[in-house]
Amino acid sequence: MTIAAGTMKAGEPVFYVVDEHDHPEGSSTMLGFWIYLMSDCLIFAILFAVYGVLGTKYAAGPAPKDLFDLSLVAVNTSFLLLSSLTYGFAMLSMQQNRVGAMQAWLVVTGLFGLAFLGIELTEFAHMIHEGATPQRSAFLSSFFTLVGTHGLHVTFGLVWLVTLMVQVKRFGLIEANRRRLVCLSMFWHFLDVIWIGVFTFVYLMGMLR
Amino acid sequence: MSSDVHAHADAHHSADDHAGTRQGQLIGFGLSVVLTAIPFLLVMNGSLDKQVTALIIMAFAAVQVVVHMIFFLHMNTKAEGGWTMMALIFTIIMVVIALSGSLWVMHHLTTNMMPVHEMGSTP
Repeated sequence: MTIAAGTMKAGEPVFYVVDEHDHPEGSSTMLGFWIYLMSDCLIFAILFAVYGVLGTKYAAGPAPKDLFDLSLVAVNTSFLLLSSLTYGFAMLSMQQNRVGAMQAWLVVTGLFGLAFLGIELTEFAHMIHEGATPQRSAFLSSFFTLVGTHGLHVTFGLVWLVTLMVQVKRFGLIEANRRRLVCLSMFWHFLDVIWIGVFTFVYLMGMLR
Repeated sequence: MSSDVHAHADAHHSADDHAGTRQGQLIGFGLSVVLTAIPFLLVMNGSLDKQVTALIIMAFAAVQVVVHMIFFLHMNTKAEGGWTMMALIFTIIMVVIALSGSLWVMHHLTTNMMPVHEMGSTP
């Protein structure tokens, strides 16, 4: 910038921005994080495509009907949906600068997330115990990859949640922490959006086959 | 929906923009519960034709994704100068190409594959 400005002669037209304009810290974080979420969305799209291709290749092994328990999935779905709502309430408390209420809602969100993971891991353990391991068939490989990747995202979301709760406890609701909490809220809601695809295409459509 | 709440939030505009209102959250939650419960009940009852059920639950999922985008992720066409919407539209195009392309190609590959019993020696 300075070089360009230095070699410029007075009176000549300028076709580019010579002056640095102001970029306050974190002003581009929201857009950047959104683009990360979109790239994550592409990862899930490919895993859904893999499941769509391989989801009917049972290799004479168990089919969705033999493995899935829809009432358990319904409970899991409601836990994740409730955690989205409670995170929304945490964001509203943050907006009103009520730190205690916000932390309480974050705890509730974390507990719902933990319950979701617990049920999912129980389901996985039950399936593996019955011999429906990822190695059993292409259907099970793609199932564990897709649902496992979502579960892994929820796990990292929980780690992030606890980290931010400690951050807020130590440093308060400073601008940087607000920004981080908003990023996590987008991440958390995004995972709920992915779960809509999982319960529809994997569990419900699986039971229809 | 949210202009009255945001009137005070000019200092932390970028961060607090994403909170929405309690009413908006509850509307989004209520809609999501309905849009989740109906597909589950349809599949658990199994009263409808399978093909019809599949179409209905896919439509409900699509609507619920939009509900989440509006009420939980607070998507609109103006956020970040329209660039979040641009990124979303681009991603949707990529997802549609990747999903429909994979399913289409692999479906034809499967249907045109020589049946196993005609391949001579089967492993």
